[in-house]
Amino acid sequence: MSGDSKIFSDLRLAGEATDIEALLAGIPYARHLGMEVERQGRELTFIMRFAPHLIGNPRLPALHGGVIGSFLETAAILGLIWDAPLQQLPKPVDIGIDFLRSGKPVDTFARAIISKRGRRVANVRAEAWQEEQGRPIASLHGHFLIMPDAQIPSPLVGEG
Amino acid sequence: MDEADIQIPLTPELAKRVMTTSPLGQDLGFKLLKLERARAVVGLDYQDKLVGNPLTRVVHGGVITALLDHAAAVAAVAALDAPTSIATLDMRIDYMRAAEPGRRIIGDATCFKLTRSIAFIRGTAYHDSAQNPIATVVCTYMLASDGGRKPGANLT
Repeated sequence: MSGDSKIFSDLRLAGEATDIEALLAGIPYARHLGMEVERQGRELTFIMRFAPHLIGNPRLPALHGGVIGSFLETAAILGLIWDAPLQQLPKPVDIGIDFLRSGKPVDTFARAIISKRGRRVANVRAEAWQEEQGRPIASLHGHFLIMPDAQIPSPLVGEG
Repeated sequence: MDEADIQIPLTPELAKRVMTTSPLGQDLGFKLLKLERARAVVGLDYQDKLVGNPLTRVVHGGVITALLDHAAAVAAVAALDAPTSIATLDMRIDYMRAAEPGRRIIGDATCFKLTRSIAFIRGTAYHDSAQNPIATVVCTYMLASDGGRKPGANLT
């Protein structure tokens, strides 16, 4: 296992103690998207630096919807880790994405809000914008599994 | 790109163009495997840069999102009688199991309803069979998202 993945086996130390920059840098696909993070107090703002390979439609040109979705999903996952300690990376169960405006070929920003953190599942919202935070280009809401599979009680166990 | 199995007469050129002119599609290596009327099957080979969890080497959920969005867009184009621009309105993805590291992922999408302004699409991501899905998607696309304007029309 490469050195940059050690941080992922140590997520129980996470929450605000997380080296969120190192975590982000350790996710190959997030690196490929050109993701960065900025901290202002407790708030994390994620940045996706524009690069030509993020374009879906070269005629407009517009960012690929899948890229915007990937960016928001990563923001949601890291927002969850930042919010409170976890033992593993949250796993998406389902996500819904509304595409509100065309993504221009410029830097994109995102913030995540933990709407509800249950024992097993968390409900997260994330919003992406470009020039103006008040004019979001896409919003995501998703459910993420935040407990290791082995710890999820099975309804079939212990009923004998 | 692999030679695609294309079975419709009218829009293969356009659908192929959607596939080949998308920088993201080229960057990630999306391959058009099959194109029928209103259906597109797109393949994505496993690559290290797609990894979302360095411990398990499982690809990032966003990779599945991008693959399904792409397959769905090509399916929408393949359902049209005449070329028009399209834009994703919304999508909902259910992740059913982790993709297996090292294996090609297939995105298989079908446009099952077209209205004058909206295309409705469903799709599945899988390795071998849609019966054992990695994820499913339901999404809608706006048609003629440029309001009928030709590209560059505002420049003349």
